Amino acid sequence: MKLLVPVKRVVDYNVKVRVRADGSGVETSGVKMSMNPFDEIAIEEAVRLKEKGLASEIVAVSMGVAACAETIRTALAMGADRGILVETEVELQPLAVAKLLRAIVEKESPGMVILGKQAIDDDMNATGQMLAALLGWPQGTFASKLVIEGDQALVTREVDGGLETVSLTLPAIVTTDLRLNEPRYASLPNIMKARKKPIDILKPADLGVDPSPRLAVLNVAEPPRRQAGKKVASVAELVDKLKNEAKVI
Amino acid sequence: MTVLVVLDHDSHGIKQPARSAVAAARQLGPVHVLVAGENIAAAAEAAARLPGVEKVIKADAPAYAHALAEPLAALLVALAPDYTHLLAAATASGKNVMPRVAALLDVQPISDVSAVVDADTFIRPIYAGNALATVQSRDAKKVITVRATGFDPVPADGGAAEIVPAPSVDGPPRARFVSAELSKSERPELTAARVVISGGRGMQSGENFHLLDTIADRLHAAVGASRAAVDAGFVPNDYQVGQTGKIVAPELYVAVGISGAIQHLAGMKDSKVIVAINKDEEAPIFQVADYGLVADLFKALPEFASELEKAS
Repeated sequence: MKLLVPVKRVVDYNVKVRVRADGSGVETSGVKMSMNPFDEIAIEEAVRLKEKGLASEIVAVSMGVAACAETIRTALAMGADRGILVETEVELQPLAVAKLLRAIVEKESPGMVILGKQAIDDDMNATGQMLAALLGWPQGTFASKLVIEGDQALVTREVDGGLETVSLTLPAIVTTDLRLNEPRYASLPNIMKARKKPIDILKPADLGVDPSPRLAVLNVAEPPRRQAGKKVASVAELVDKLKNEAKVI
Repeated sequence: MTVLVVLDHDSHGIKQPARSAVAAARQLGPVHVLVAGENIAAAAEAAARLPGVEKVIKADAPAYAHALAEPLAALLVALAPDYTHLLAAATASGKNVMPRVAALLDVQPISDVSAVVDADTFIRPIYAGNALATVQSRDAKKVITVRATGFDPVPADGGAAEIVPAPSVDGPPRARFVSAELSKSERPELTAARVVISGGRGMQSGENFHLLDTIADRLHAAVGASRAAVDAGFVPNDYQVGQTGKIVAPELYVAVGISGAIQHLAGMKDSKVIVAINKDEEAPIFQVADYGLVADLFKALPEFASELEKAS
């Protein structure tokens, strides 16, 4: 079974983002960029399936500016076999990404697509579900455990009250939650090897997709800031304040 | 311009985040709601009592028993022509199904909306709540999930809507429910509780969370945790408050042994009153806390419990 894993280049999760003064967005120039953490988990899961002999090949896909090739290289260093970069300067939103991925799935025919459940920049949490819809495939979102049994994927999902397990007939879509696995660090020899692995470069037009955004971003602002309050000296004072000043207990 | 809201429900009725989604929908136009599941007569009647709801569409069939995205999305697509906006609360279920609906309708969904500007324009947090984006949809139909903490829920009673059956929609069943392991708790749900008390890495072990239980019992609070506490294996993931867990905005949030990573703040900073108990006085959590207590939590928590007992 071939696996397809989309990976997104995002502002590194350790960076404190700054909103541009003109309200046009978040400052990304000169900021450290990395692979979306949920996508690292997706790559790791794919590599583990290959190590268990359940997958034959892992294709990492990224979309956006030319620098997204670096994100693909990271995936290749972690164990993906080859990459596909869909290069565009257009701001890609989940609907466009899902359509581009559908076109790639139709060419590559993977048995499963594993995606991060959300990207930590736009926090949309949508692409996996949308790709599943466009392909007419079943979906197992927010996965904390994945077991393949014959033509079924058993996906244990993180839901509001606990966990839920669904059985999906392959081919299927899985999106990763945090506890699915702990991604490995790429070793130096594997980073060197990754340089020789192939990356195909395509344009949205090659895939017959119009990637224009459907949502216009009118403004990006800082959220209202909370004022730090006061320190209390004792538990007794805390309880007194909560009862008589804040009146919440 | 009629709005359809998909309601999360359980044996107790309509869940609070769903009532917040109805509140958001009322800012857009007349509201119809969809209640889907198996043996849901009581939930449909509860939905009919929500103020502002004009019609309840009841989809009572085995296919909807576990809110699987595939049949629910197919049903929503069949209902969509009558509506300008399709909404659900941004719960695990809403986040699972709504983007699927959007793709089937060729619409870019708008996730986690925290405010409605007008029929096309919405505010939503990005970068874990470190920025707020105002976005305008160019799609003819809008598919939206609602951040429940952004809207005061409509009351549970006050309306009298008609209940109509949903059309039947067939689809090939390629996804099947296997099992659920839900946490059992007598406490209120995190996203609906008036008071939340959460523990972090400073709790040192899962056993020590019983120190929070005593206080939670007294305050009728839900118990939560930071991602660090979940990652350390102290408590299950459904306790997690933060960007990657649940978003809460209770009247009172008590953070115990939590340093205040951005990812945690994203999940609780809209709480009305925040209390932080931490032994490190430089901990960033104190920058958002209304009341900070620099103390060893293993001394402070038993004292907190006994002071609450005295004060009650």
